[in-house]
Order: sequence, then C-alpha cells, then structure tokens
Amino acid sequence: MTRTNDIILRTTTSLIAFILIGFSVYLFFSGHNNPGGGFIGGLMTAAAIILMNMAYGSEAMAKVLPVNFRFVVALGLAIAVLTGVGSFVFGQPFLSQTYAYFQLPILGKTELATALLFDLGVYLTVIGVTMTIILTIADDRG
Amino acid sequence: MSNLAILPILIPFIAGILLAFLNKHIPLVRSLAKIITVAQLLFVSWLCYLVYQSGSIILETGAWKAPYGIIIVADSLAMTLVLTTNIVAVACVFFAPVSLTEKQERFYFYPFFFLLITGVSGAFLTGDLFNLFVFFEVLLMASYGLIVLGNGKVQLRESLKYVLINVFSSMLFVTTIAFLYAIVGTVNMAQIAQRVQEVDQAGILTVIGILFFFVFATKAAIFPLYYWLPNPYIVPNPVVSALFGALLTKVGIYAILRTFTLIFVHDPNLTHTLFIYLAALTMIFGVIGALSTHNIKLIVAYNIIPAVGFMLMGIGLFTETSISGTLYYLVHDMIIKGSLFLIVGAIAYVAGTSDLRKMGGLIHHYPVLGWMLFIASLVLAGIPPFSGFIGKLLLLQGGVAQEELLIVITGLITSLLILFSMIRIFVKGFWGEKSDVLPTKPVKTAPFTWPIAFLLTFSVLLGLGAEWVYPSVQSMAEYLMNPDLYIESILKE
Repeated sequence: MTRTNDIILRTTTSLIAFILIGFSVYLFFSGHNNPGGGFIGGLMTAAAIILMNMAYGSEAMAKVLPVNFRFVVALGLAIAVLTGVGSFVFGQPFLSQTYAYFQLPILGKTELATALLFDLGVYLTVIGVTMTIILTIADDRG
Repeated sequence: MSNLAILPILIPFIAGILLAFLNKHIPLVRSLAKIITVAQLLFVSWLCYLVYQSGSIILETGAWKAPYGIIIVADSLAMTLVLTTNIVAVACVFFAPVSLTEKQERFYFYPFFFLLITGVSGAFLTGDLFNLFVFFEVLLMASYGLIVLGNGKVQLRESLKYVLINVFSSMLFVTTIAFLYAIVGTVNMAQIAQRVQEVDQAGILTVIGILFFFVFATKAAIFPLYYWLPNPYIVPNPVVSALFGALLTKVGIYAILRTFTLIFVHDPNLTHTLFIYLAALTMIFGVIGALSTHNIKLIVAYNIIPAVGFMLMGIGLFTETSISGTLYYLVHDMIIKGSLFLIVGAIAYVAGTSDLRKMGGLIHHYPVLGWMLFIASLVLAGIPPFSGFIGKLLLLQGGVAQEELLIVITGLITSLLILFSMIRIFVKGFWGEKSDVLPTKPVKTAPFTWPIAFLLTFSVLLGLGAEWVYPSVQSMAEYLMNPDLYIESILKE
C-alpha cells in the first residue's frame, strides 16, 4: 500500500485541533449562564481528539495521549458522584450546590459554583465514552 | 438524616465505579464485591427497620422543595423491595465466581452488576416520573451489558430482540410522560396524583393511564406483551438470568402498582377490570409455555409470566386484601425466581445439558440440589408451609370477596399446572436410573449450594413467619389504598 502524503491535513489539523479544544473549554465554562456545558464541551473535545487521530493515526496518538479512556469514564462518574456526596459533609441534602464570588488575578470578580465540578464529571464521562466507542470500533480489524 | 434515603442507590453506584477501576485484579474485585453487597444488605435492613419504626424518609435532592426538585421517597413499600433486591444481590454475587469464567468477570461483570442494582433500587425509591424513566434506562443499559457478556451467537440474537423491544417501550414511556406533562404540567408523582384527582381523571387521562400500563406491561411481560421474555432470559449466564428473573419484571409490576394505586385510581371500572382479564390470560399463556418445553431453563423463564399474572390480578381486584396479596407475592416471587434460576443453572452445569429428556438419576450424585429444587417447586406452586401460599391465599380471598370467580378458578388451575411443570424437572431429572450422558465423576456442588440455600431460607422464613410479616404487609396495602397519605407526606400542605 502506498503511503499518501497528507501534509496539508496534518498541518491544518494541528492548528484546528487547538482551536477546537479552546472552543470546547470555552463551551464548558460558559455553561452556567450561556448555551454550553459539560456535555457539549466534552463532545467537542472528543471531536478534536478524533480529528488528531484521523490525521496522525492511533499509534501516534497513543504515545501523545497515553490514557485509558475507560478509566476516564469511571473518573468522570466518580467526580460527579462525589460532588453530590460532598453535600453530606455540610449536612445538606444530596446534590445540593452552592456558589461564591472570588476576586481572581486576571479574570476579576468571578462566580465559582460547585455545579462546575459536577459538570467536570460530565465532561470527562462524555469524552471517555465517545473515545471508547470510536477507538473500539476503529481498532477492530477482526 | 434525609440523606439516608439516597444511600441504597448511591452505595452500589460508587461500588460500580470503584470496581471499574480495578477490573484487572479479579480476586480483589470478587472479595470487594462480596464485602460491599453484604455491608449494603445490613445497611438496607437497618434502614428498612428505621422506616418501619418512624415512617417514610423523604429526600428533596439539592434542597429543592417538593414538586420542583427530584424527590426520593423511602416509604415502607420501596424499602421492602430494595431489601429484597439486596438479598438477591448477595446470593448472586456469591454465585457469580463459580458460574462465570474469569474472562467474563474481567469484562466488567461486577460494575454492570452494581449499576443494575443501582437502577433497580432507584426505580423503587424515586418519586418522580421522569426520574423513574431515567432509572429504568440505568437498569436496562446495565442489563444490555450483562446479557451480551460471554459473546455467544445465541446471545447476540436474543440480546438484539431484547434491546429492540426495550428501546421501543422506553420510547413509548417518554412519549407518554410528554402527554401527561402536557396535561397536568408536572412530573412529580404526588403532584400528578393530586391534579388528576382534581379533574377526576377525565377521558384523556385514562387513555394516558392505559398507555403507561402498556409501557410497564412490556417491561413486566404481561399478555400480550410477554413474547420477548423467555428466550433472552435463558441465554446469558445463570447468575445474570437470576438477576433478570428476580428483578427486572418486578420493577415493571412495581411501576404498575405505584401508578395505578396512586395516580390513575378514579376510573377503576375501565382500567382495573381490564387488568383482571389480562391477568387471567397472562397466567394461562405463561403456564402453557412452561408446559410446552423440555428445556429446564425455559420452564423457569416461562414461570415468571404466570407469577406476573398473579400480581396483576391483585392490582386489578383493587381491595386491601388483594393488594397485600400482591405485595406478599411480589417479595416472595423475587426471592424464589432468583433461587430457581440459580438452581436450574447449577443443574444444567452439573448435567452438562439443559434438555430434560437427556437427564435422569441426578439424585444419586446431587441429593442436596435435588431437594432444594423440590422445595423451591413447592414454594413456587404455593404449598401451605411456604411463602407462595400466603400471597396466593390473600389474592384468592380478594377475588372471592369481589365475586370474580373466574379469575379465582384460573388462578387455582394455574397453580396446579405450575406445580406440574416444576415437578416434571424433579421427576424426570432426578428420579430414575443414571443417564449415560452425565459425567461419571460428580462435580463439586458446595459453592453452588450456599447462595441458593441462602435464598431458600428467606423463602421458607417468609412462609413460616407469616404471622410476623403479615401486619407490615397489611399496613403497606392500607397505605397504598390511601393515595392521600403519600401525597400529603410529600407535598406537606
């Protein structure tokens, strides 16, 4: 099989993947007050990883990103559950949430909510599930 | 304090996540799973005791007041069913290592198992219709994972049917919730009940009630929606069959019980009379299926269906006696179906076949297994000292009191035929001369025996200790017949 020279694809991918990841992080953080959130952010990140996978091949990606995505699913679930359980410590009902305003160095006065931690769990779970599905099907050469 | 109500859902969920991290270390996972289920059983028993002593525990998640947030309602009915679920779970987790191959265990058996328990407990405990749907999906997703575990050709075929029928009924479930939400404007069960009461269940609400019945009847395998059940239930590993047979259809019955004693109770002439006819047909067709086959696993799987018919009969009769009969039968049936699936799994394992015509003389090698099957058959058929009797007696009493003699006679004949179908396994499989196909050297059965004996003990106790159990069952039935108690405990006006 002749190896095609896909330099254009690879070059544009390294540019686009960064923009995609940046956009997904933006979506993730904007979820509280604007459209976005953990689910769509996670899907967008997974899309960026898949794009790199298509351009560079899964062996190269396994070196760059040596992650077992099934563990990412479990990790995301664990984070989501623990944010719910965290309210036990404060004697509040399960899944209670709170927020506070902080003066951060660059961003200024920022609202930080514990719902963001739950969203982080969703984000990781979505990435993990999407990547597990796609990589399992892609690696199946039987 | 109110957080206690979520723990029966949360503990298996966290256990599932934890074991997903450790899936390579099988001995560790096994012992952890055993420890967690036993601890959970003890905790749930204590919680159950607490609920019996001091009334239901209601958790408003996220500190949102009743109709606005998701409500977890640990009332005595839900806690009893969660307790039974955990009893079955303990037996299954001890049975799993002897019946599964190591490869199957490594492919996330225990995480799926715990997620199934999460879904079932959640479905029993939730007080919100859409949340009920979500927990149905949690348990179904886990069951999809479990049914294909082992990767056989038959499993692939049967799991496809299973997934298709369940996807369809889930779709219908969502559509029906959408209809109901469009009319009453809420998904909180207490508030739905209140609003349906206010408009006296107008015509369209009865239609929605029947649609809900169709959804839950598909899950619970009621005539004419039972045809998907028998085959998918026998193809996976025996321990998975036991979980399915003990838990999944019972969640459907529980959902029917809840919705038709709480929400859609204002037009019983239409809805509940329909149930009586369907119950009779379910019993007849189920037991015909059980008599039609020589496959021992299939006999047990078909026996799920008449049992569901009995429970539906109690809901259809809709008196306090018959509802307590349904409750008694529900708890009894969860335990006995779990143990029967484990027993036939063990028999098929030691005999090397599940075809009844190829067996014979098993009692020479496996007396304990044989007598356990015998007791389980008597329990299932409802012979007096055992637990099946009390439930059936209450149901038949309710039927006679309502002068529905047809269903009473159907019930009695069905019981006889159930006994016949089960005792056939005992007579043909265990009596007689030793069959040639059996391996000459007997297999060690002790590891199989303990989990089954554990379940059978509960079955026998439930029958012998009826005096002790019955008052609480009766008070649960009383509570179910007064939906206002449930509504007031949640909406607290």
